[in-house]
Order: sequence, then C-alpha cells, then structure tokens
Amino acid sequence: MAEASTTALSPETVLAEMKKNGVSHIVWLPDSETNWLYLLMQAELSLTLVGVSREGHACSIASGLAAGGAKPMILIQNTGLQESGDSLRGWLLSMNVGCVMMVGYRGWTRHGVTTDTAATYTEPFINAYGLNYYLVENDADAPRISVAFEEAAKTKRPVVVLVGDEYHGFNR
Amino acid sequence: MMRIAEALAAFKPHRGDAIVVPGRGGKFWVELTGNEKLDVPLGDPAMGGHAGFALGLALAQPKRRVVLFDSEGDILMSLGMLTTIAEQAPANFYHFLLDNEVYATTGGQPVPNAKNVKYDRLALAAGYPRAQAFEKLDDFDRALPEIFARPGPVFVALKVYPEIENAPIGSRVRWNKRTRTRVVADLQQELGIDR
Repeated sequence: MAEASTTALSPETVLAEMKKNGVSHIVWLPDSETNWLYLLMQAELSLTLVGVSREGHACSIASGLAAGGAKPMILIQNTGLQESGDSLRGWLLSMNVGCVMMVGYRGWTRHGVTTDTAATYTEPFINAYGLNYYLVENDADAPRISVAFEEAAKTKRPVVVLVGDEYHGFNR
Repeated sequence: MMRIAEALAAFKPHRGDAIVVPGRGGKFWVELTGNEKLDVPLGDPAMGGHAGFALGLALAQPKRRVVLFDSEGDILMSLGMLTTIAEQAPANFYHFLLDNEVYATTGGQPVPNAKNVKYDRLALAAGYPRAQAFEKLDDFDRALPEIFARPGPVFVALKVYPEIENAPIGSRVRWNKRTRTRVVADLQQELGIDR
C-alpha cells in the first residue's frame, strides 16, 4: 500500500473523501488550480456538479439540497468565501445546514510570510462567523476531511476545510 | 398589475403535490395554502437566495415539482443564478417572479431601472427554455394550465402591486408561525426524508 503523500494533496484523495462521505452534489466555483479535480469529479457518476457564478449562490443552493435530503459539499476559493458572508449567515447557519465547505487557501504559505490579503483575512473571517475549520495540506491530512464531515453532521453547522496546497495538489 | 394574493390564489388550484417556496409572497401564501407541510415559507434568510434554495430542492427531489415565487429585488441581486438554473435545467422547477418594482420591505424605494427591466427576456437570455410575462391577472389565470402542462424549467414574470411595509422590522406582525427549522423538518417528514 502506497504511503500517503506528505508533500502534496492529490485530487484522487479529495475525490475519495467525497465518495467516502456520501457527497451527492458539489456546488462550486472553480479557480484556475482546480481543473484536474474538476475532470475527476465530472467523471464520477455518483456526483452531480452544480456550477455557480458567485460563491454566495453556493450557500443557498446547498441549503436547498440539504433540505431536500441530498448531501452537498461546497467547493470554492477563500476570496469567494469572503464574498459569501450574508448567504453563509442566512442560508447555512440560520438553516442549520451541516455541510463541508472546502476552500482553496489562496495566497497562504507555511513558508515565509503570507502577504496576500485573500489569505490574511481568511481565518479572521471564518472565526467571525464562529465556524470551525481544518487545514489540509497533503494526502496525510486527508482524514481531517472526514472529521469535518462528521462534525458538520453532528453540529448541523458548516465546517470549513482549508486547502493549503492550492498550487500543487490539484494542478498537474 | 395584480395583487400578490390574487396571483397566488390563481396558482393554488394548480399546485397539486408541489413543494411551494413562496419567497416574499409567504405572508399571503400561508393564508391560502391547503398543504402547509409542503410549503417552505422562510421569510428572508438572506436576500437573493430564494432561487438558489428552490433550485437545490428541485435537484434533490427530481420527482416532485418545486414552485418558487421569487422577487425582482432578489433576482437582481443574483442574476447569475439564472444561468446556473438554466444549465441544470430541472424539469420539475417552476420559477415565478413577483415584480412590484420596489424594495417593499424597506419602504418602497424603486429597484434599479424598475420600469424597464424585462425579466422574462433575462431568463431566456440566460438559457431558460421558456419564459413568459403577465401584467393582467386574467391573462395569467388563463395561461396557468399550459404553464404546468409542460416540463420546466420555466420562468414566469408577474407584475404585482407594491404592498409596502414601512414599519420598523421589530414591530411588524410575524406572519410565519413556524420557525425555519420547523418548516424544513415538516417538509422532510412529509417527503419521508430521514435526517
């Protein structure tokens, strides 16, 4: 059995987590780094992709999906998360929607200084809404994705998975 | 123009077992409905999201009609949602728009370019396979059988009189007797969804 990578988060790993946790719909707005994940998701028959043009839309759609008995996951970038504030408040938190929001952590780096404001405002934003979050940087972190799903179901609140490997994990 | 309650009353005989998301028509619909547990009156969780919520319901429940009464203020805030709905093209989705040309809940200020926006044309341009617009109640009433005789998605814009609320939000009468949590729980129970 191959060891989990500690240097990159592979799209196959992310897809496996989606399937393992019974995701039915991916509500998403891609960035340029998620193309390979897109191809995998598109080929996966158990997933329905719902593309949006503004990230806040993902919250209301996910809320309706959950009310109708589906299991949505939101896949967006941190810039879009910050755009989504009112929709997150109204359509996810006030509706008790326990869904996972996988968020590309654009601009964040473990090495040196993070200067991109898309990144520097991300964790304060998440904390302002009282959301819990897990940082995932490589395949060895993948079990955290399942932890996020379990926590979302248990708490009936959105839980964020920050993908800290934006520029290597998905882009081949 | 027509009154919101009149438009909803005209729709009622065509409801069948559809899920109804009454949007900003909620306070009128709760007085008309004959099947409360299939209604999803949520008030205003966050402006601009009713269409997305109803789309999600339609995708999750493809065998059940979902009827949405949206507003022009909401849809203007989320015009891109029309393209998502058109791409998903749920055959069970019936999208009605209550266009009163104003932000009625904040005192009646006009929405941008209120009198000149053709919402049915926006929906068609976004990719809806069919869209219609009605200003007169009689015309709408006559068209309803045909609207529901064909699969969705369909977009139907209705010109309605502004019924303006100009009291502080905290002092307004609460028309919705159920919490949002209760509304969703009732719907899921009715649909047999085990949560």
